[in-house]
Amino acid sequence: MEPFKKVTGVVVPLDRVNVDTDSIVPARFLKRIERDGWGELLFFDWRFLPDGSPNPDFVLNAPGYEDAKILVAGRNFGSGSSREHAVWALRQYGIRAIIAPSLADIFHKNCFENGVVPVFLPEERVRELIRKAKEGPGCELTVDLERCEVWDEEGFRSPFVVHDDPETHEFRRHCLLNGLDDIAMTLEAEEEISAFEERRPAWLTPVDGEA
Amino acid sequence: MRLVEGATVKPKTLFEKIWDAHVVREEEGKPALLYVDLHLVHEVTSAQAFEGLRLIGRGVRRPDLTIATMDHNVPTTDRGLPIRDEISRKQIEALRANAEEFGIRLYGMESNRQGIVHVIGPELGYTRPGTVIVCGDSHTSTQGAFGVFAMPIGTTQVEHVLASQCLVQARLKTMEIRVDGQLSPGVTAKDMILGIIGRIGVDGAVGHVIEYTGEAIRALSMEGRMTVCNMSIEAGARVGMIAPDDTTFEYLRCRPFAPKDADWDAAVEVWRALPTDPGAAFDRTVVFDAAELEPYVTWGTNPGMVVPVTGSVPDPASFPSTAERAAVERALEYMALEPGTPIQEIRPDRVFIGSCTNARIEDLRSAAEIVRGRKVNENVRAMVVPGSTQVKLQAEQEGLDKTFVEAGFEWREAGCSMCLGMNPDILQPGERCASSSNRNFEGRQGKGGRTHLVSPQMAAAAAIAGHFVDIRDWQV
Repeated sequence: MEPFKKVTGVVVPLDRVNVDTDSIVPARFLKRIERDGWGELLFFDWRFLPDGSPNPDFVLNAPGYEDAKILVAGRNFGSGSSREHAVWALRQYGIRAIIAPSLADIFHKNCFENGVVPVFLPEERVRELIRKAKEGPGCELTVDLERCEVWDEEGFRSPFVVHDDPETHEFRRHCLLNGLDDIAMTLEAEEEISAFEERRPAWLTPVDGEA
Repeated sequence: MRLVEGATVKPKTLFEKIWDAHVVREEEGKPALLYVDLHLVHEVTSAQAFEGLRLIGRGVRRPDLTIATMDHNVPTTDRGLPIRDEISRKQIEALRANAEEFGIRLYGMESNRQGIVHVIGPELGYTRPGTVIVCGDSHTSTQGAFGVFAMPIGTTQVEHVLASQCLVQARLKTMEIRVDGQLSPGVTAKDMILGIIGRIGVDGAVGHVIEYTGEAIRALSMEGRMTVCNMSIEAGARVGMIAPDDTTFEYLRCRPFAPKDADWDAAVEVWRALPTDPGAAFDRTVVFDAAELEPYVTWGTNPGMVVPVTGSVPDPASFPSTAERAAVERALEYMALEPGTPIQEIRPDRVFIGSCTNARIEDLRSAAEIVRGRKVNENVRAMVVPGSTQVKLQAEQEGLDKTFVEAGFEWREAGCSMCLGMNPDILQPGERCASSSNRNFEGRQGKGGRTHLVSPQMAAAAAIAGHFVDIRDWQV
């Protein structure tokens, strides 16, 4: 996974609450078994008109937001389905950080797995950023994970966490900064996993009583 | 789990007991490593995980604790025909090939044990109280009904569990949702969970494990408990659970994969010690009075946008914040509804009885009761999709299929079907559907489709009447 230290980029405002993962990537695309090619499917039904042309009313298509790297949205972003395809789509589109008052739990975890930084800010600070990004298309922000601060050139500055729980915040920040993935870390616990398996009662392993 | 005489033991919740029994490693400053007793796999969220294993040369650690089925993407029409959509067929074939390569038991389209992953786990007896179960699907919490820590995971975590049989997880906060008293006739488990979500909101339980307690929960059948736990994610919780009791044990006894003989006795002894101890503390408790719950119908584009069937479509102006007003206005525009419209004047074009929320045998029996001897309204196209092939066979044995077909319903093969708009069963743009499923998001049942979530009985009654009706007035 690509480490994340600091990213400066255009902010795109999605001024909605409870944005669900069905809206981020509609289910009909989930038949694909590839890991790439998801960026073009991001927000598909909002981003494109029925004839396939870009919907001029959707913010991602508005002038100034073309190279957005940071998404700012209302609370509970990423709710609903567990589909990791939603995070793949955001990441492959170019989004490196998502600023919101809160994220849905599964989506939140999927962000960590893909090097997308969740930036939790208080509701009023999020509102301020949404307003700024709407009024000045193309305005930039810096998300600095080493200092856990987000700022712009015009004096906006705020500390942030990647998780409400301080211990989880510190651990996940460390993983994101160093591009660490869970699987390699877990496999280091091989001895403990084997020891646990030794202790498990045999009846926990399912056997077909009718076969 | 026996108490040591004389020792002071801190009372624990059901969740804490399961957690403590599954910790493989727990270090200061890091999330715990939990052992996974059962990993359920389906075609949509697994292909990239298996590919990840292959790329790095890893195997599946415990194929004997891993079960696969096909549900999301399978057609619900004649299974003897090839799948016409090439991309769908490739995904189905990928799961078949992966199961074979990694030695995983697969209930494929031809199996009479195939079905929606959250339906087959319990009905085949794979689901056991006190265990940790994961699946790459947000409705994994369904199995929490058995006193299971059943957690939805993303595809990277699927790969993680395949490789290690472990889950990396920080301890979650606990939330008790207690439902006191008794439900009124006509008010179902589905209405209970819709009422709960309507009050606490779609993010009301984010970061928490829910334990549902109280007299009204205890009185539910296993099917009803599964319906409640199933929609925990619609309140923001990844996990929802109910303590096991005799109802749980009776359901599981004699299921094909349930423990047998002496193993069964040993298992039940362990399971009886699982319920939350008196005096154990939850981080939050919310209390409901079952008698105040009614049959509900959603009017908007998330499951928290819900009112009693006796109510009306709300006015955006009645909501307190700007963000909420904007969301409600947007939802009403998408749903093509006017504020103040009585719910019972809303006329669905389609009716869907199915999904992991409400397509078990009890759901089909109760819907069949409503339609028996009646005809589907001429303006409605209605379908019933059993949650599993076992449910389908059972229903056919009881003649429920004939009841539905004679009334004018389509009777289908098992699968996720029109719950999620990724297989051939979809709404057309602008179509309105009364659905026994779990999500009414924009486009959830097909692009431009409009979903109203209801109980299976309410969906059945709407199919007959051509508009929503209060099931409490229905003469069976």
